[in-house]
Amino acid sequence: MAEVHLWSGLRSLADGQEVVAVEGKTVGQLLDGLVKAHPGLEPAIRRGVSVAVDGQIVPGNRNHPVDPDSEVFLLQKLAGG
Amino acid sequence: MALDGQKTAYTYIGTTPDRPDGLDKVTGRARYGADISLPGMLHGAVVRSPHAHAKILKIDTSKAMALDGVKAVITRADFPDGLEGEDWNLQENCMAGDKALYDGHAVAAVAATSPLIARDAAKLIEVAYEPLPHVTDVDAAMAEGAPVIREGAADFSVPDGLHPNVVRYFDSGRGDLEQGFAEADLVIEKSFTTEAAHQGYIEPQACLGQMGGDGRGELWVTTQGHWFVRRMCAAILGTEATGLRVTPSEIGGGFGGKTTVFIEPLSLALSRKAGGKPVKMGMTRSEVLRATGPTASASMDIKMGMTKDGRITAASGTFRMQGGAFPGAPVDVTTMLAFGNYDIAHVRQVGYDVLANRPKQAAYRAPGAPMAAFATESVLDELCRQLHLDPIDTRLKNAAREGTRATFGPKYGPIGLVETLEAAKAHPNYRQPLGPNQGRGVASGYWMNWGGETSASVAISEDGSITVSIGTPDIGGSRASMALMAAEAFGVPYENVRVNISDTGALGVNEPTHGSRATYASGLATIRAAEDCITKLCKRAADKWEIDAEAVTWEDGCAKPSGPNAGDFPPMPIAEIAAEMGETGGPISGHFEGTPAGFSGSFGTHVVDVEVDPETGRTTILRYLVVQDAGKAIHPAYVEGQFQGGAVQGIGWTLNEEYIYGEDGRLQNAGFLDYRIPVASDLPMIDTVIVEVPNPGHPYGVRGVGETGITPPLPAIANAVREATGKRLCDLPLRPSRVLAAIRGKG
Repeated sequence: MAEVHLWSGLRSLADGQEVVAVEGKTVGQLLDGLVKAHPGLEPAIRRGVSVAVDGQIVPGNRNHPVDPDSEVFLLQKLAGG
Repeated sequence: MALDGQKTAYTYIGTTPDRPDGLDKVTGRARYGADISLPGMLHGAVVRSPHAHAKILKIDTSKAMALDGVKAVITRADFPDGLEGEDWNLQENCMAGDKALYDGHAVAAVAATSPLIARDAAKLIEVAYEPLPHVTDVDAAMAEGAPVIREGAADFSVPDGLHPNVVRYFDSGRGDLEQGFAEADLVIEKSFTTEAAHQGYIEPQACLGQMGGDGRGELWVTTQGHWFVRRMCAAILGTEATGLRVTPSEIGGGFGGKTTVFIEPLSLALSRKAGGKPVKMGMTRSEVLRATGPTASASMDIKMGMTKDGRITAASGTFRMQGGAFPGAPVDVTTMLAFGNYDIAHVRQVGYDVLANRPKQAAYRAPGAPMAAFATESVLDELCRQLHLDPIDTRLKNAAREGTRATFGPKYGPIGLVETLEAAKAHPNYRQPLGPNQGRGVASGYWMNWGGETSASVAISEDGSITVSIGTPDIGGSRASMALMAAEAFGVPYENVRVNISDTGALGVNEPTHGSRATYASGLATIRAAEDCITKLCKRAADKWEIDAEAVTWEDGCAKPSGPNAGDFPPMPIAEIAAEMGETGGPISGHFEGTPAGFSGSFGTHVVDVEVDPETGRTTILRYLVVQDAGKAIHPAYVEGQFQGGAVQGIGWTLNEEYIYGEDGRLQNAGFLDYRIPVASDLPMIDTVIVEVPNPGHPYGVRGVGETGITPPLPAIANAVREATGKRLCDLPLRPSRVLAAIRGKG
């Protein structure tokens, strides 16, 4: 189980949890698992999030591997000018 | 610092050859957005709302259509219904539906046989409006009783009880703020505002579009990202993406403002309605300022606590931003990066994205970061002043470094904030004596950078020269940077490489030149495609030598046996392999497609000296130093140019630039005479120091450098004005009247 850290604005959508343990070997599986466990997160994830795995932001890559002991953070969707 | 597996000795990287597009640009041969014409071409013009907020009751196009030479008129009725989300926002912004949402909002467009006829026809289109109450200020827009710009626009994140104009809400943080502030010896709270600023690109939006009734067409356009343009236009017009081929022109600046569309779908819609004739469109400067996207304006409350010895104990910020009449103000990024420079245990950021009757904001160089930096780095400076602490030493004490947990969650990898602070402290500018009415300001800033969808191809020509095809338009010299990286990878002279910016039909999807990603992501793609190519070149040599491909290595532009056991063959140059490739298996090329995820942020520290005229309040920049981490500078002169450009845009935003709206909600300064960007005579030479802390996620250590440079200027200059005048100014711009009022105790 990987532990996914939620920013505080998302916690109310996940029963107040700051960290959610989810099964998954890839970023995509983690996101799907999050929505399954906490359907309230679905709009936020559909709107777009960035995912940091062990300190590296991996936007747009649902196939990025995740280890059981990886540190995973959901972040705001990024862009730039 | 060397990193495992990363190249550290270079032949071409770090040199400063002439840019390959330089001759075209200085002789006028380069073709920009408005430089292309086609036989039978029509010219477009746009009818824009004179109201900040109004119902559109009726649009009568009959007189315009009756004018000789007019071939098509379009309104919202010519676009498909049923779009959702950002597609709907884009469509609504390009052509108003039931309501005009800001001064300058497009409500109709016309195509005619000449620009004059098109403009005359636009004047004949009669639009009946019912003006509505309007609001242009962010705090006013979220106050009770403010006019509602669009009911139901708020998303899931907005708590109950907020005004309907609040459409997104962000809340992040960690630790215990109460405990953190209790640990402080000094706590300072202040409120700040910044005005909307435009990217100020010199080339206005321009395009030439052609589309038939079958939905197939072509678009020539000045843009930072032609795949974005293709996707957006296809969505707005209801056509298939591959039906439209988009070719980017040369680009006269973008800074984020050309990552979206305004007139491009109108050109295609007019063409479609005019039987497929090409339609050329271009914006005037007034249209650019009234109707394209500046960045958001902001209103912010900051609270920070510090111990006597300079340790930040806690920080909190509330950020309110309006990004026009649509969701999208970059307050999400603001909340992430506001305190990102520092290692802070107790921190909280709250953000509000608010609708107002202004044009839809667009990205502007490090979107969302400069406003936050202005507020947070001003409060940090005030803490240092009141505790009699050196601003650089204090930043060093709190600086994020490798392993620090960022205020937005993850731990940083190798980063260079400490190195920029140390270099700034060691620079002679930091020791220059100051005279009367002069002050010195310091600030640091950060931008996270970006990878993004990227594809590139490298092809070997028959003579052994190399063509690199990338999909990120060259704004700041990236052709030269790509050519240098390809030259380094192949071990061939820079002059033997030509870099082309491909159209949407020639490569897979590429995100724009945005997010400081081009040198990083297209550079990585170029290197990987070159390596793919080199593998094939080695195979051709191995086949000729009748040895295993694994026994061949590549060095200095030649295939060579990898060791004595591989055989005794003279090096085979790329030109020799290329000359025979038609008979040894055909063309040789290499490719890369992917979403590089190894980007890493760039920190910068700026030191500025100013002099404030106590009689007029005018601020003069005396000296300006930019120190920034480039990871590895591929072409150092262009890296310095990015540093200087960011500083200059930040100087303009701090001292002069602002959108001024009248009581009627109309923009009062829609021209460069009244919207004043800095010119050369306003500025000293901007001094630069390139710090190189390699990014482990790039083969040569590159970090994007384009955006960080606009983040520190706002607070650095405000901090310098604080020292020069003794007054802490919390509202930008620091125009002379505002500074003078503060000096005289009226601010």
